[in-house]
Amino acid sequence: MKLTLSDEQARFGATLHDLLDAADVPAASRAWAAGDAVPGCAVWRRLADAGVTALAVPEKWGGLEASPADLVVACEELGHHALPGPAMETVAAVPALLAALGGAAAERWLPALASGEALATLAAPPWLPYAVDADTAGVSLLAARPAGAADLLASGSPTAAARLPGATGATGAIVARPARAAVGVWVGVVGEAVASVDPTRRLFELGPGEMLADDAGGAVGRALDLGALACAAHLLGAGRAMLETAVEYAKQRVQFGQPIGRFQAIKHALADVAVGLEFARPLLYAAAVTLTPRDVSAAKVACASAAHRAARAALQVHGAIGYTEEYGLGRWLTRVRALMAAWGTSSDHRARVLATLTAQAEPWS
Amino acid sequence: MNLDVDADTAAFRAEVREWLAANAPAAPLPSVDSAEGDAAHREWERLLTGARLSAVSWPVEYGGRDAPPMHWLVFEEEYHAAGGPVRIGQNGLFLLAPTLFGHGTAEQRDRLLPRMARADDVWAQAWSEPDAGSDLAAIRSRATRTDGGWLLYGQKTWSSRAAYADRAFGLFRTDPDAERHRGLTYLMFDLRAEGVTVRPIRQLGGAPGFAEIFLDGAFVPDADVIGAPGDGWRVAMSTAGHERGLSLRSPGRFLAAAERLVDLWRDSGDSALAGRVADAWIAAQAYKMHGYAALERPPGPHAGSLGKLFWSELDLALHETALDLLGPHAEVRGSSRSGGWLDGYLFALAGPIYAGTNEIQRTIVADRVLGLPR
Repeated sequence: MKLTLSDEQARFGATLHDLLDAADVPAASRAWAAGDAVPGCAVWRRLADAGVTALAVPEKWGGLEASPADLVVACEELGHHALPGPAMETVAAVPALLAALGGAAAERWLPALASGEALATLAAPPWLPYAVDADTAGVSLLAARPAGAADLLASGSPTAAARLPGATGATGAIVARPARAAVGVWVGVVGEAVASVDPTRRLFELGPGEMLADDAGGAVGRALDLGALACAAHLLGAGRAMLETAVEYAKQRVQFGQPIGRFQAIKHALADVAVGLEFARPLLYAAAVTLTPRDVSAAKVACASAAHRAARAALQVHGAIGYTEEYGLGRWLTRVRALMAAWGTSSDHRARVLATLTAQAEPWS
Repeated sequence: MNLDVDADTAAFRAEVREWLAANAPAAPLPSVDSAEGDAAHREWERLLTGARLSAVSWPVEYGGRDAPPMHWLVFEEEYHAAGGPVRIGQNGLFLLAPTLFGHGTAEQRDRLLPRMARADDVWAQAWSEPDAGSDLAAIRSRATRTDGGWLLYGQKTWSSRAAYADRAFGLFRTDPDAERHRGLTYLMFDLRAEGVTVRPIRQLGGAPGFAEIFLDGAFVPDADVIGAPGDGWRVAMSTAGHERGLSLRSPGRFLAAAERLVDLWRDSGDSALAGRVADAWIAAQAYKMHGYAALERPPGPHAGSLGKLFWSELDLALHETALDLLGPHAEVRGSSRSGGWLDGYLFALAGPIYAGTNEIQRTIVADRVLGLPR
């Protein structure tokens, strides 16, 4: 049993933190939101040099084939700095999907993903109705059931869990539906843009282009689980950043003749944030070990909830200054709001946890 | 990282599971806070001790197995999953014993621990006083020097289990002139001694789960001082850490409740409460994984405060959700359907208060963990 970071993993996280700290991510984020991805891509290239984009790529395609725990360490740091760009897609879900598809698709894109030449994005309704940054990504994939099949599936679905990729076979919770159409994977054709609450998340509808696979439900489900795990880590990192920022602000901001951090109302709100983050982390690490749908869902729910609590408290501690675009707290706050709903909402993931629990008796450990 | 369980731990889990299946009481014992229940729970502890299961992490010479901490977590998981009785000895086992291991003498350990394990001595806590609750350092009960020991005067209150316990431990002021955190001494005393009057107090649930203790010259020999006279605050804070954290409330208790909650939800078919059921189960799982992770590195000095905030809220969430699932049956006491949840709910209500209120814990976290100005 080991549920803490190794020294090497801790050093990896610290290295990425230093790299991002020196990279002026706030300026890159402003440019990214305005449609200029150049500074942001420069940061991504530095991350690629540090190995981040190669983590989930198998060695045979130039990757590091690292453990999901290493991936979680990196993703937490990306969230800690609210880096712009399709992070979960590029470092986790798309490499996992391409590796599972193998063959020409893997050969075509994985080396470029590993080296950082290309960013990747993914649309996979219902978890991911839009592809983030499809205008910048070198690889845009669409994973979906053929038109019409989704409606058929939804009509017979007792819970949200049934709509989740991987829910059927992986858990045994949902009755198999013979009418269920297979999940296909296509190269995405970039369509309409929509705006996100997080201005650095540039959302696009994707249409189906070249078909890469016609029956890839298992591979898509596993890729989405890895993406949800990465998203949970990102949320935890964002939550940690907001706690740190709020603590520093509370030490400096003086009202009534004293730092506001001396008031119990402030202390207790931030203590609750610390508790939430402290107890979400072990679930994240456990999910990185097992990668089971249940554990990934538990981690996503806990990290989203902890990050949301951090966002609310941090904004309240900062007061009006935190509500401004200029101050920058909003980079994390809007990221958290966006990611709470992406990669499966908390309702989706709660339903999946219950579906796995009630389908079969789980042993105690 | 991995979640691998070594063969030794797996074998231990199997042994505990098998033993509990064969020996755990089929029906709940009478309330531990009754004369009948007191006797039944002591009898149960003797049975546990016979199997060397009452304190598995203790050294062999005191009745334990020298087992690694992981085994203790495993024991707790199995114990609660099997619906094992309330541990009547928990004040001693989980709070006093760690203090004796950390600050006591070999003589004290030899004399006290085996009797504690068998529940020959059941221990009560004697911390709070009428004017010293959250502000524990304000205690005024005093111990004055006498030949070969100390004489106790004053009043303790909210003393858990004191109504039926044999002995108690707590802090007494031995130097009235010292600054308030100094001049305190950690003492153990006999609840049946001359000069000790115990007045049971009925709790919300109706049973006398705690008591007032009036002290009028009760004698404590020097051998029953833990640590140095005047060093009691430091010694007590180590016990407070145990009381708040993993030691007192291990994950097993909440995991078992979470599993029962999921069963209750499945039977109820109440889809409106699904989210709360899932959240409670996830939180119990988080506490379990946090506990496993805590075994790998020495917990920070204030880990107990973070943990106490988490488990006390978790306990309430589990039981409140269960009562909401039970609907109008939730108010019925003593029924097989709702009784356990209702008793558990009443117990959970005390969680944010005892072992240092959650407000005190939040302040500790903010000051000591986050470094906010004091």
